Amino acid sequence: MFSKPENLKMYWKELMHQCVEIGIRSLGIVIIISVFMGAVSALQTAYQLVSPLIPLSTIAQIVRDTVILEFSPTLVCIVLAGVVGSKIAGELGNMRVSEQIDALEIMGINTKTYLILPKILAAMITIPMLVIISAVLGILGGKLASVATGIVSTSQFDKGLFQYFKPFNVLFALVKSYCFAFIISSISSFYGYYVNGGALEIGRASTKSVVVSCVLILLMDYVLSSLLL
Amino acid sequence: MIEVKDLKKGFDGKPVINGVSAIFQTGKCNLIIGSSGSGKTVLMKCLVGLFEPDSGDISYGGKDFTSMNEEDRKILRQQIGMLFQGSALFDSMTVEQNIMFPLDMFTDDSFTNKLSRVNEVLDRVNLKEVNNKFPAEISGGMKKRVGIARAIVLNPRYLFCDEPNSGLDPQTSILIDKLIKEITTEYNITTVVNTHDMNSVMETGDHIIYMYDGLKEWEGSNKEIIFSKNKKLNDFIFASEFLQDAKDMRQLEMKGKIENNHNHG
Repeated sequence: MFSKPENLKMYWKELMHQCVEIGIRSLGIVIIISVFMGAVSALQTAYQLVSPLIPLSTIAQIVRDTVILEFSPTLVCIVLAGVVGSKIAGELGNMRVSEQIDALEIMGINTKTYLILPKILAAMITIPMLVIISAVLGILGGKLASVATGIVSTSQFDKGLFQYFKPFNVLFALVKSYCFAFIISSISSFYGYYVNGGALEIGRASTKSVVVSCVLILLMDYVLSSLLL
Repeated sequence: MIEVKDLKKGFDGKPVINGVSAIFQTGKCNLIIGSSGSGKTVLMKCLVGLFEPDSGDISYGGKDFTSMNEEDRKILRQQIGMLFQGSALFDSMTVEQNIMFPLDMFTDDSFTNKLSRVNEVLDRVNLKEVNNKFPAEISGGMKKRVGIARAIVLNPRYLFCDEPNSGLDPQTSILIDKLIKEITTEYNITTVVNTHDMNSVMETGDHIIYMYDGLKEWEGSNKEIIFSKNKKLNDFIFASEFLQDAKDMRQLEMKGKIENNHNHG
C-alpha cells in the first residue's frame, strides 16, 4: 500500500502541514470542551457526594481520574472524530471527485503514501498531545468550578488532586489516544480516498467515517479498559 | 509514439473497450472522438494507467507499459503530462505552487530556478500576473491554461488532454486548441486529446480515432474526415444541418484547391 517516498522534503512538508491542520486547528474546540467537561464533572461529583463521611478532597480525586481515564482520551477523541475525521474524508473525497488524486497518480506519486500516511502520522503525533492538554485543562476547569462555587477550597482540591495518584493512568490515557488517533485518521482516509461519485457522496463518506470512527472508538475503549485496567 | 494492441476493458462483466488497436504518433495531435459512453475516456485512462486493461498491450516508445512494475511506471509517468477535464488543480495551492509542485517533487533545483521555469511555462500559455492567485480565483479558460502549464513543466514526452474545451466559450476553446497544437509541434511530443468539440477535430486533428460502442470505428486525419463515407462518423460529426452545410462547403473548397493544383501543375 505505502511505498518509498519520492521526495522526503515534500513528505516532511506535508506532515508538518497536517500537524497544523489536525493539531493546531483542533486546539480551540479541545480547550472549550476540556474546561467545561472538568467543571461539570466537579459540580456533578459534589452533587452526588452527600455523605459527611467522605472528605471533600475526594471531589478532586474523582475529577482527576475521570478526566484522565475517560473524558480526555475518549470524549475528546469522539469530538475529534467529528472535527478531524470529517475534514480528512471531505478533503480526500473532494480530491478524488475533482481528479486531483488522478493528477498526482499520473505525475508518478504514490497517492496513498503522499496523502494518507502524513495524515495518520500527524494524527498519531498531535492527538495524544491534545489529550494531555485536555486532561490538564479538564482538571483546571474542575478546580475553577469547585473553588468558584465554594464547594471546596483551593488547598482541599490540591490535596485531593495528589492523593492516590497512579502514573499508570496517564500511560493508559496515552495508549488509548494513540489507538483512537489511528482509528480516526485511517477510517476517515479510507472513506475519503475511495469516494465514488459527486458532492452528495463526499457528504455521505464524511458522515459514515464519523459514525464508524465513533463506534470503533467506543469498542476499542471497552477492549483496552478490560485488558489494561 | 504510443502503441495500443487489442485493448479490452470492462466493468462488472460489461465490456466498455472491446479490442482497440491504434498508434498515436509523435509530434502530432492524436484525437479520440466519439459520443458519450463510447469508451474514449476509459481508453485514455487505460493509456495513462489509471485503469488496468483486462487484456491487450500498451507500449510507450517500444516499452511495454502493461507489464511494467510500479517503479518503472513511476519513472515513465514523469514523462507524461495530463490536462484533466476539470483541470484538477490543487485547491489549497496557488497557481505558482500548482505548477511548481512536480518540480518540487522530482527535481533538486534551487527555488530561483524552479520559479524561473514556472514563469517560463506560464508565459508559454500566455498567462501573466496570476502566480499568487488560487484556482478558485481564476476563470475556466485560465484554469485550463494553468493545467497545461503544470502538464508541460517537466518537459514531458507525452501529453494527454481529457476534453480540454469542455465548459469553455468558443473563442477560449480555439485558444486552447491552438496552444495544444503549438506545444505538440514545438516540443515534438505525442499528444492524445479526448474531445467532443468539432472545431478541435477540424483544426487540430492530425490523426483521429472515432470510437463507437467500445470499438475503433474509423481512423484518419481531419482532411480525410471531410470525405469519409462512414455513416456513423458522419452522423456524429456533422450532426446538425449547419455542420452538414459547413462540411459540404469545406468539401467544395478542398476539391477546388486540388483542381487548382492540378491545373497549375
